[in-house]
Amino acid sequence: MPVIIDDSTKVVVQGITGHQGAFHSGAMLEFGTKVVAGAVPGRGGIKVNGIPVFDTVSQAVRLTGANASVVFVPAMNAKDAVIEALDAGIRTVVMITEHVPLHDSVLLVQYAKFKGSRILGPNCPGLASPGRGKLGIMPNMIFKKGSTAVVSRSGTLTYEIVNELSESGIGQSTCVGIGGDPIIGTDFAEVLAMFEEDPETESIVLVGEIGGTAEEEAAEFISRKVRKPVVAYITGRTAPPGKKMGHAGAIISKGKGTAGSKVSALLDAGVDVAKIPDEVPILLRAAMRK
Amino acid sequence: MKLKEYEGKQLFRRFGIPTTEGYLAKGPGDVREVTTPLVVKAQVQVGGRGKAGGIRFASNLEQVRKAVSEIIGMDIGGQKVAEVLIEERVNVDGELYLSIFLDRGTRLPMLMIIKEGGMEVESSDPSMIMSWSLSPFIGMPDYVGREAALEIILDAGPAAQLAEVLEKAWHLFWQMDCELLEINPLVRTPDGRMLALDAKVVLDEDAAFRHPDMAVVEEGRTQLEAEAKSKGLSLVQLDGDVGVIANGAGLTMATLDVLALHGAKGGVFLDLGGTDDKDVVQEALALVSKAKPRVILVNIFGGITKCDTVAEGIIKAKEDLDIDLVVRVRGVNEAKAREMLREKGILAMHELDEACAQAARSRRR
Repeated sequence: MPVIIDDSTKVVVQGITGHQGAFHSGAMLEFGTKVVAGAVPGRGGIKVNGIPVFDTVSQAVRLTGANASVVFVPAMNAKDAVIEALDAGIRTVVMITEHVPLHDSVLLVQYAKFKGSRILGPNCPGLASPGRGKLGIMPNMIFKKGSTAVVSRSGTLTYEIVNELSESGIGQSTCVGIGGDPIIGTDFAEVLAMFEEDPETESIVLVGEIGGTAEEEAAEFISRKVRKPVVAYITGRTAPPGKKMGHAGAIISKGKGTAGSKVSALLDAGVDVAKIPDEVPILLRAAMRK
Repeated sequence: MKLKEYEGKQLFRRFGIPTTEGYLAKGPGDVREVTTPLVVKAQVQVGGRGKAGGIRFASNLEQVRKAVSEIIGMDIGGQKVAEVLIEERVNVDGELYLSIFLDRGTRLPMLMIIKEGGMEVESSDPSMIMSWSLSPFIGMPDYVGREAALEIILDAGPAAQLAEVLEKAWHLFWQMDCELLEINPLVRTPDGRMLALDAKVVLDEDAAFRHPDMAVVEEGRTQLEAEAKSKGLSLVQLDGDVGVIANGAGLTMATLDVLALHGAKGGVFLDLGGTDDKDVVQEALALVSKAKPRVILVNIFGGITKCDTVAEGIIKAKEDLDIDLVVRVRGVNEAKAREMLREKGILAMHELDEACAQAARSRRR
């Protein structure tokens, strides 16, 4: 089973009539994704990019068989939108929305667990599997089909690194953006576990940043469970403590969450850590030869 | 959004957490009659005020006025003290540290209680610390008060009172969208009451739409940071001399890191986010140039933000601003952007490393 998205994945886009929803539902179709429905309260019956729009997610599920949702709904209404998707039986919810209140994320993560479904994000670019499809907003043209998997807390920095890989002739199996918020539905370790199991993935790139201890936990998981070669890049080495560096989760507080601690945890776990993004493909080739 | 002590205590009273009463003073002229021993406390949004001398005890009018005039105007962690809270000094039989916060690892709220409160809780003996994960579906279970009383206070006596404080603290934490609620110290008085002597509350800015009555101005932001925020842009002022504009937090941080490898330091950092509007780019350049960097490095990976839109914004900004610029564009419409910039005599680089090296060089000119 490939990672999160497979040939049976059928997507409903919540908030498809908005600027972002309309643009990215089109881009997802172009990438080969089965986008089967949109869901927007009060807008049922219209079409966007040829995709039928329904008033409720449960209608979309009943009439199109949608089993994954990509959420572009504004932060104020995102909680209700995700609960609606989970109640309709959606198995994978990708929350693109930024600035979701933290308590809403806490509640949604627990509710998804209770329902046995997965949330990716919030504040994430989603995931892409070249040749199969994508759930989210990653730019189509950077990808090249291959066997390196990428997991990241960042958006554009991921694109930068994926592009770097593609230009060096290294294709990707699946690229997952887990999101830049302090509370997220799927963390590094969960994605790494899927990459380790995935027969299409031969090597892994992890892109982390300052704040929290997710990279340290990932390092611990890698040393115990991951046999495939892993290369990492950590950003925020020069960030001062106490400042939120753009992402809500990117903050060094009380001496915790520094780039130095993450880099040394990863090095201890046998992961090569690149100093600049351009170094990632070089280290990856070297790690593959080991 | 960090609240000051007196704002936190207003919330405590609203939610029924027993706390001390007092009044605010902006100068010695505001001091009222003194009938009992008092404590004068600086009202700032940063920790460490006790160590910095921002808390004084005083027993008569003269002492209180002296304490007020000495604390007002103090610099505590970069914040100038503008007001003090004057409260009755409480006799204490025992004290605890109590906090509820969002734990990133478990993705759940967590309650933490430490046996001794005070200024040194960070270095507490781990055996004195107890913590409980809390479910948003359940809230604060009653047993926690009993367990904490038995295992931390070593006395079942105050269990019911502690449980009541815990339940009210939970209601405040959850209903007000707190990132952190900290009571340090929570004390027991000789007559057996529990009182919150201090209040530290951090509210989630992203939930502000649910709490229109909590319009608190965030301090600790520079003027330029506040100006950028009012325009919907994320700007952080640092202490170097290169201005950095990039799209996305991760890419912006990476740009600062690569600059540092070339011996240059970011002086201001602006994340364009997911805009595709040339006016926003122009505005961003105007904002960053206000910090007077020696050079501005623009690093764009085009996706939603298209490179040619950025080029248009740069060209417009260049008309009004005399700035030394290094540009690097990749991604959507990069060739078009490079051509537009070249026509205006602006060199657009290809590689991040080379652009950072160039920015580091030009700042030495």
